[in-house]
Amino acid sequence: MPEPRVPHSNLPPPTSTTGVVGWLRRSLFSSPLNAVLTLLAVYLLYVTLPPLLRWAFLDAAWSGEDREACRSGGACWVFIRVHLDQFLYGFYPDEQRWRVNAAVLLLILGAAPLFVRTVSSKFKVRLGLGLLIAYPLVAFVLLKGGMIGLPVVDTSQWGGLLLTLVIAGVGMTAALPLGVLLALGRRSRMPAIQTLCVTFIEFWRGVPLITVLFMSSVMLPLFLPAGMNFDKLLRALIGVTLFQGAYMAEVVRGGLQAIPKGQFEAAAALGLGYWKTMGLIVLPQALKLVIPGIVNTFIALFKDTSLVLIIGLFDLMNIVHNATTNPAWLGFSTEGYVFAATVYWLFCFSMSRYSQNLEKHLYTGHKR
Amino acid sequence: MAEHAPAPVKPPFWNDPWIRAILFQAIALVVTIAFGLYIFDNTQANLRRLGIASGFDFLSSPSGFDIIQSLIPYSATSSYGRVFWVALLNTLLVSALGIVLATLLGFVIGIARLSKNWLISRLALVYIETFRNIPLLLQIFFWYFAVLRAMPAPRQSLNLGDMVFLNIRGLYLPAPEFQTGFGWVLAAFGITVVLTVLLARWARRRQRATGRQFPIFSIALALLLGLPLLTFWLAGSPLVWQIPELQGFNFRGGWVIIPEMASLLLALTIYTATFIAEIVRAGIQAVSHGQTEASLSLGLTSSLTLRLIILPQALRVIIPPLTNQYLNLTKNSSLAAAIGYPDLVSAFAGTVLNQTGQAIECIAITMAVYLTISLLISLMMNWYNRRVALVER
Repeated sequence: MPEPRVPHSNLPPPTSTTGVVGWLRRSLFSSPLNAVLTLLAVYLLYVTLPPLLRWAFLDAAWSGEDREACRSGGACWVFIRVHLDQFLYGFYPDEQRWRVNAAVLLLILGAAPLFVRTVSSKFKVRLGLGLLIAYPLVAFVLLKGGMIGLPVVDTSQWGGLLLTLVIAGVGMTAALPLGVLLALGRRSRMPAIQTLCVTFIEFWRGVPLITVLFMSSVMLPLFLPAGMNFDKLLRALIGVTLFQGAYMAEVVRGGLQAIPKGQFEAAAALGLGYWKTMGLIVLPQALKLVIPGIVNTFIALFKDTSLVLIIGLFDLMNIVHNATTNPAWLGFSTEGYVFAATVYWLFCFSMSRYSQNLEKHLYTGHKR
Repeated sequence: MAEHAPAPVKPPFWNDPWIRAILFQAIALVVTIAFGLYIFDNTQANLRRLGIASGFDFLSSPSGFDIIQSLIPYSATSSYGRVFWVALLNTLLVSALGIVLATLLGFVIGIARLSKNWLISRLALVYIETFRNIPLLLQIFFWYFAVLRAMPAPRQSLNLGDMVFLNIRGLYLPAPEFQTGFGWVLAAFGITVVLTVLLARWARRRQRATGRQFPIFSIALALLLGLPLLTFWLAGSPLVWQIPELQGFNFRGGWVIIPEMASLLLALTIYTATFIAEIVRAGIQAVSHGQTEASLSLGLTSSLTLRLIILPQALRVIIPPLTNQYLNLTKNSSLAAAIGYPDLVSAFAGTVLNQTGQAIECIAITMAVYLTISLLISLMMNWYNRRVALVER
């Protein structure tokens, strides 16, 4: 009697397709062209990476007080360390810098609950709105002074990262509402309002920010009655806000156009007026759709704050540049720019990552 | 008696949407016009007080300053109007070069980002995430102050094959010098272009009629290269290269790219290429995989699939945002003002404005130029968009 046929147990996959070898074959050497490209890339990394690491870390000078400490041939991080306070606070008086720290700490403490998942969203909305209204006032009083016994620190003394954050923060909080209003105006059925909004948006989008800042510094004094003068910082803030508000308007308009007509009709059928339709039905959906665009505009705004150097404000970019031209520290511009670039990069990159998270978190199946 | 429904109450007139619309628009218009008048009034008063005569007469008076780079003849005795044209050409030059270079680099990086090769796509990702998150101005400063300004003096120039020299004054390249007889080469080139166009038409007609294909690409390439080269050889090589030479403290001869232009171009290219790369990636990914499969199952080769199926559809997605990036690049070229490259903002809205005090005229002209460029590019984009838009039944 023949033995019952026992099938051979499954063979494991060939070793060349699994594990490290398989991965290498699949993703680095899948074809002759890919193999050549991989080798080229490895060579490129071999040529660039070790000298870069040696310059930035191994040979770098970390401690010391002056340029005598930087004779190793590597990066001179002493330059950054010595100037760090200046880079962060600008010309803000030494003994008053606790006020800047307090303002930052206050913002972090106040905004922290917004980033905790377990906090109820109703509380978040209230806290967010409260912060939006109260924080700028508190921060202004803290930074500028002149009240509750704090000595006045003029805005011309603000500088460094502080100034960058002030411009970016004010710009963002002002550009979004402005953009929403402009977008609503552009979608309005009233011809006069629509024309005004379209003209406004297209004008600001058509010119470079630098000419706007130029205009704010040379033409604004002509536009205002004699004797009336604007703070330089305020001028920059207005310029940046109007400029990015126009870009924001186009982003929001994209979201508004994506909302199906049925939503408007349903809201009208429920008897909602214009503002209730927009505020309760349309905008929440539209804004959610365009979160990536909004954050992109925020990132662009953050990077654009560096342009205020054109009108002579000492933001992070300008103050670093200024330090590199200091006769006592000539020749360390690379270190300065690398430091500034790292700071800008950290802010922009975390913003883009946060927006990706937010998108995932708010995802309710609206994408098909 | 049947009960009547209560007569509808007529809403008060301020709740009538039609009246409201008129009211709102009237208010908006009045406020805008009043604001405009207020500014106009103030400006008039300020100009009178400062003793500035408005008008464009200043454009014809001599400028009295030199410009480090100009594409048209210019000297300190030229007029302010001439400065405008020099500055405009400089802006257009750096924008056009930037657009070409950024497009090339962007497409390469965007395709590399989609590569099946893990290392290549990671490198492309690192490139994109690094450079698009650093302000453009900072990148311009880095290239200008940290790299090009740190170059050696002309005597110690970096030497690339005794042809190209790099020093603190700029990048020196050999310049072509056309001898008599070069016109024949140009003529030969023109004739081949016409020939190629006619050939391509004939080939297309024949393929439509008979289905037979003609290797148009290789033959056209051979024609386009071969005939001009042959004429070049027959005419006795009427082209010499003028190599820059060190004379005294500086180089003479050849082409020079000033460091301002080089750093601006480098930064604009590297920065804009990151955005273009992302656009290209998104565009190619937007073409559904079914299209590739369908094309392959029809028997098209993979290169034909790419050329006839994927690219036309991807371009439809890519072109509008790409145009936007070109526009951004052109506007960003105005950052030249920060390092002193004589573009429109730097030379015209900067130097001329400071010398003449004609703030309103200078800024207005500058803004009008940028607005015109924006408008032209968006008109072109709309035209292209209409041409390639999906025609749905």
